[in-house]
Amino acid sequence: MSEIKTPLSSEAAKNAAPPDTRSLMPRVNVLEDEGGITILADLPGVAKEQLQLKIEGDVLVIEGAMTPFAPGTLEPVYAEVRLSRYRRSFTLSRELDASRTQAGLKDGVLTLRIPKQAKAQPRRISVQVNT
Amino acid sequence: MYESMYMLPAHMTFSGLDRFQHELESAFGISGQPASIRSVAPGTYPAINISTTPTSVEICAFAPGIDASKVDITLDRGVLTLSGERPNDLPENSDTVSVYSRERIGGSFRRAVNLPDDIDPEQVKATYRDGLLIVSLARHESAKPTRIEVQ
Repeated sequence: MSEIKTPLSSEAAKNAAPPDTRSLMPRVNVLEDEGGITILADLPGVAKEQLQLKIEGDVLVIEGAMTPFAPGTLEPVYAEVRLSRYRRSFTLSRELDASRTQAGLKDGVLTLRIPKQAKAQPRRISVQVNT
Repeated sequence: MYESMYMLPAHMTFSGLDRFQHELESAFGISGQPASIRSVAPGTYPAINISTTPTSVEICAFAPGIDASKVDITLDRGVLTLSGERPNDLPENSDTVSVYSRERIGGSFRRAVNLPDDIDPEQVKATYRDGLLIVSLARHESAKPTRIEVQ
């Protein structure tokens, strides 16, 4: 798990795909508990170096490119996966603290943990009843 | 039915019924092209790409998040079968966790692929990296291209 740099460094922005590049939409699970939001995204074929996570304002962008593998002269005969890039973005909400996002990538599965702002964590509100 | 993330680029604007229609057509061969007898609905886990080289056939299964040591790969009469189990990482009926999106599939999977006739069943290698399971099958010596000298 490592901290994401935000905002994105200018070098990474230069390497980022233009928005019109065709890409696959990775499948995700999104879960919320009291401490924050967890996103699990399937990015098969993406090595750590090829993964880009950006937080621009309140938008989280997940981008990744598959590492090409080419032993010799590879001729495709059948393809269910025809693109080699992934991209998906999410709008975050204000109670999330994106600057403390943790990310991990293992076996093609990205795990993102976005904690809530400390003050946004739920607390029990006691109701005063005047009799 | 899961939407096909693998076939459609994210920016294409297939909406609702259009998308469903498109998937049905491609899945069941209605679009005109005959479908393989072992074809599956688009988006089935894992997706498979097949490539060939002059010396081998490479089968690439897009199988993120599995324990590769527990994948069962069998080769029987020219049919390669990949099967295994993918853990379901969603919590079960928790009071404290809300699940908003559940697109990733858990549970057991099985896919079968017809292979060309010139495969040498003794020379099969499988590797797993970054969620890709790559099965490399060597072709018989006799099937490899050879240069023929003109007398």
